Amino acid sequence: MSTAPPTIGATTPLPLPSPFTHSPLTLLTQGAEALVFRTTLLNAATPVALKYRPPKPYRHPLLDKRLTRARLLAEARVLVKCAREGVQVPEVVAVGVEEGWVALGWVEGGTVRGVLDGYTPSHPPSHPPGEQKDGQREEVLMGLMGRVGRAVGRMHEVGVCHGDLTTSNLMVRRKEGEKAQEHFETGGGHHTAGLEGLDGEIVLIDFGLATQSIQDEDRAVDLYVLERAFAATHPVAEPLFREVLRAYGESYKGAKVVLRRLEDVRMRGRKRSMLG
Amino acid sequence: MATVETLYLPHYPSYPIYISLFKNVSNAKFLRQQLLEANAAFEYAFLDGTMILSPRHLHAATFRALNDSVYNRLKSRNIHSELVFSLSPNNNIADAYRRFGIQDSTTSLLAIKIPLSNPEITAESVSKHLGDAVEGESVAFGEEALKGVTDVKALRKGVILGMMALKGT
Repeated sequence: MSTAPPTIGATTPLPLPSPFTHSPLTLLTQGAEALVFRTTLLNAATPVALKYRPPKPYRHPLLDKRLTRARLLAEARVLVKCAREGVQVPEVVAVGVEEGWVALGWVEGGTVRGVLDGYTPSHPPSHPPGEQKDGQREEVLMGLMGRVGRAVGRMHEVGVCHGDLTTSNLMVRRKEGEKAQEHFETGGGHHTAGLEGLDGEIVLIDFGLATQSIQDEDRAVDLYVLERAFAATHPVAEPLFREVLRAYGESYKGAKVVLRRLEDVRMRGRKRSMLG
Repeated sequence: MATVETLYLPHYPSYPIYISLFKNVSNAKFLRQQLLEANAAFEYAFLDGTMILSPRHLHAATFRALNDSVYNRLKSRNIHSELVFSLSPNNNIADAYRRFGIQDSTTSLLAIKIPLSNPEITAESVSKHLGDAVEGESVAFGEEALKGVTDVKALRKGVILGMMALKGT
């Protein structure tokens, strides 16, 4: 590509499709398939996350169009299905099917990833270990993990598999009126002792790889991916993930079977062996 | 003269949208007739106010209609019918009009005008024309005003049934 890669946080004049071409958008993050911007839609008081899948120059234009369209529609349909069934996901505000964008309701809050980075028990002992506080924090954190398990369980129950379930794709919605917490925005580094912001509900985001599936295998792989994400986020996150699984196991009928299947997946990894 | 709200959607600053809300409308039948006859002077989206939940609900449909209009891919005759169509959860234009459009019995009326790039149509001209044509009480459009108008029960029924039909196909 001839243009310089955009930097995160900058208001960038990317060649976006109309009507966003000349709007000042703030780039939040960039993945392999999509760029995510923050902007407003419908009225100035409604912030949205605009997810744009730019065309891939290396693909045949016709194929590119079809793939983008199909993926976008799949994502939007899954989101609408989840919302209808009461799973906490961002709402679909508007879709530009041909242009490759979808506008999603803004979720105020931080990622579980950010929480874990700042909160796990092993974090620097420079912090005087006020015992009571630690115990309380542990409890709040466990509560959060329970909600993660139930949120994932609820999603699986309605027949949706996320496909890319990581701690960054789990958000904790900040309650209205609550102030922004530093530990959310900065991820690691800062760790405030506060417990605020951890009691919000769990919102699942990024359904770009989601499928509508009720197979135990797909569900187990979802959990396996999440487990790996937990392990990668923090070495001592294991007891936390155990709580996630416990809550998951109780969240819907059929969850136990998935947990047993998870054992198999752990043994062999995410991809099913094609031998024999 | 009727109270007209001028709305500019984000990202479409050059397309004003004129919205007015009427209560106790007594000549809905006449207005609907103008639509059926495709009277060019009555180029509005006439909506039944009871079926609009919030300004945002309306804005979402308006955005969709406007965006599709700019891209020249309207599925219905013009941008005003497209607005009505955009409100509907299914793919049937007549059905959308039955659910969300003006009925002979409508008393709470929302009239929306999207002039696109026609400079002759202004908030003033819309206000004057609507003030003359609609027999009813003009109220300022807004969250509060809509609250007293919306029939959540009917809306729920309309939308959910529409979704079920969508599921069935």
